[in-house]
Amino acid sequence: MNPDWIAGLIGGLMIGGAAALYLLGNGRVMGASGLLGGLIDGSGRSDRGQRLAFLAALIAVPALLVGGGVAERSEPVAGLGVLVLAGLLVGFGTRLGNGCTSGHGVCGISRFSLRGIVATMVYLATGVAAVLIARALGWSA
Amino acid sequence: MTRFLLAAMAGGLFGAGLVISGMTDPAKVRGWLDIFGDWDPTLAFVLGGAVMPMILVWRVAARRKVSVTGVPLPQMPPQRLDGRLLTGAALFGLGWGLSGLCPGPAMASLSFGGAPIWTFFAAMATGMALFGLWNRRA
Repeated sequence: MNPDWIAGLIGGLMIGGAAALYLLGNGRVMGASGLLGGLIDGSGRSDRGQRLAFLAALIAVPALLVGGGVAERSEPVAGLGVLVLAGLLVGFGTRLGNGCTSGHGVCGISRFSLRGIVATMVYLATGVAAVLIARALGWSA
Repeated sequence: MTRFLLAAMAGGLFGAGLVISGMTDPAKVRGWLDIFGDWDPTLAFVLGGAVMPMILVWRVAARRKVSVTGVPLPQMPPQRLDGRLLTGAALFGLGWGLSGLCPGPAMASLSFGGAPIWTFFAAMATGMALFGLWNRRA
């Protein structure tokens, strides 16, 4: 297996490639929370079909890679109660802040968007804080 | 039709990239955020690898009016740093750090992550739906 940073770089280039394809091909900013959130609250009704196609492939291709033994499945780092809390925070927060790591992080930073850059700095900071809090409280899977 | 095909290709490539980069491994994400502990810098390479080509791609997009399939390319939204952006990002970061999961990797892990991933996904979808309800009232 490659050292982690090489795999990280290759995977990162693929993520950037996906964002490029979605932008230049379909004229859309690639953001995972927006793609899903628009289906859930109905705000993405106009381009529902392509959202579903994107998300179906986003689930299917990793299934093939892990099923085929190309990639490994991973273990959770938190118990179910913490996952419920974290999921609610991620769901509500990404919709309120209008983006997650793909939208603000990948597409926003690369566009030199002030909102994307600031949002990324804020969620990185609270993410670091959350890891410290989880450790202090002894929250792990 | 082309639009669906391109969306599926982008989604598949995104999913493959998330798995190969290690973004679907919550322990790796936690390691990246653990700057006061056993810090794992891998995610810097993931973000760098994704951002660098996109810097060029945004320049290409700026020179075009429409996408390949004829959709107007997105304009830069008004760059206001408001309470919604800051609060939303802060809440998201807390959840991200607690679980090691963000929306893309969570969905990419649905087929192999078992009950923990489905629990997180269900809570995340609920959080999005709650935002929708709250936002309609606010």
